[in-house]
Amino acid sequence: MEQTEELIPHLFRTEYRKLTAVLTKIFGLEHIEIAEDISSDTFLMASETWGIKGLPENPVAWLYTVAKNKAKDYLKRNTLFDQKITPHLQNNSSEIQEFEIDLSEQNITDCQLQMMFAVCHPSISSEAQISLSLRVLCGFGIDEIANAFLTNKEVINKRLFRAKEKLRLEQVKIEFPSQGAIEGRLEMVLRTLYLLFNEGYYSAGKDVTLRKEVCLEAMRLTNLLLENKTTNKPAVNALISLMCFHASRFEARVDVKGETILYQNQNENLWNEELITQGECFLNQASVGDKLSKYHLEAGIAYWHTLKRDTAEKWESILQLYNKLLQLEYSPIAALNRTYALSKANGKNEAIIEAEKLNLKDNHLYHALLGNLYTGIDNVKAQFHFQNALKLAKSKADKTIISKNISDLGSAKNQ
Amino acid sequence: MKEFLFVFRNDYQAVPKGSPEEMQAETKKWMDWIGGIAAQNKLVDRGNRLGSEGNTVKPGNVVTDGPFMEIKEAIGGYTLVRAESLEEATEMAKGCPIFQNGGSVEVRVINPM
Repeated sequence: MEQTEELIPHLFRTEYRKLTAVLTKIFGLEHIEIAEDISSDTFLMASETWGIKGLPENPVAWLYTVAKNKAKDYLKRNTLFDQKITPHLQNNSSEIQEFEIDLSEQNITDCQLQMMFAVCHPSISSEAQISLSLRVLCGFGIDEIANAFLTNKEVINKRLFRAKEKLRLEQVKIEFPSQGAIEGRLEMVLRTLYLLFNEGYYSAGKDVTLRKEVCLEAMRLTNLLLENKTTNKPAVNALISLMCFHASRFEARVDVKGETILYQNQNENLWNEELITQGECFLNQASVGDKLSKYHLEAGIAYWHTLKRDTAEKWESILQLYNKLLQLEYSPIAALNRTYALSKANGKNEAIIEAEKLNLKDNHLYHALLGNLYTGIDNVKAQFHFQNALKLAKSKADKTIISKNISDLGSAKNQ
Repeated sequence: MKEFLFVFRNDYQAVPKGSPEEMQAETKKWMDWIGGIAAQNKLVDRGNRLGSEGNTVKPGNVVTDGPFMEIKEAIGGYTLVRAESLEEATEMAKGCPIFQNGGSVEVRVINPM
């Protein structure tokens, strides 16, 4: 019994998404709810049956058999069969019994990949893409998604409902994009996976385990792309490299209470060497072709951050990578990080002049950066900016860090 | 916001070719300058450098190969930026590393077609 209770959530996480992907492929994306219902029912039945009769010999095979039967029953009972399946069968409906639902490893992987392209369809917002990915590609519960987004179940349910409506309306199919479209669509998929990873990595949520799991799921999905020849592109390698470098700091960046430990205060013995090595390996594999994606540049920046020692070479390299990144795509956070690197490479005075030009006065990080740059040069201005940062900061973690900066400034003055 | 074209001109014959280190330092100055504009979200297109080979076509199918390098103030490259006014764009141009080698930046407003 106890075994069952532990096993089912685990299997739900790994098998629900597979069943859903394969069944949705059969029913069509417009009937995704039917696929989700059948997958959920299968698990419901498992928890009832296994609780009474004990675990079957092969739980996964059991789940697949039950899901197949449920799907066939559904098809038999429904007119859906006529529209969806009959045209593909040679003879008549007596072949229902013969009709196979392919749950081979290969087909599961293919369906999941195709599902990834469908979910990351340009017609829905990136927020909706991430929520939908977490649900149908990662098998997360609505509660967990709400937690990850720091919102409630109702919001997530609504978001998922609207996203599915939209995909239905756009008649999005579960299929590989055509040869001509694949590059553009792959870009969308990478963007979503990148955001999904960041959602876990930078979320203010306190559930550290959940956040880490979101990151690992983003990595798993990126790996799916690498395993397929058509999608194993340099940018995908660069993205996984970036994720490996970031993930290497999982254990070092959060304390026991779930509070963020800043990079410079991390215990580097807790950095995961294996992930760093993997990241380097993927970055090498990414270094082919003539297209430099933002993931290449960000992976390069993350690589330099795996070397803790401050050297002129390190900060000069980071600065130049940010210079290139900003030319490719502007973002406020890249602009701020670039200015920090500038202070490390070219000195604080130059960085202050550049920082003042940034026009990000509503951003608490902008003021935190200027506070740091002015510290030791003009402590009155430093104080002014730290106070502004404190006023603008929203998360408790940010406020704690800024307050610490202010008190450090105070004690420096008294010395 | 309007868009502006920066045209970089210099007497490229007169600019001494430096050592690899000096050339790298020169590249860094340019990269830092462009990066600074991009960090303000005011870079439209970093543009390109122009090679020294070229022709000029004149009326009557007269083609002259450009002895551009001998002309003082030859165009060496261009960049597109975004600014509120000509004054702001001019202010941005003042940070260009070209002045250290005696070059100039022509700032022109772009009138979209």
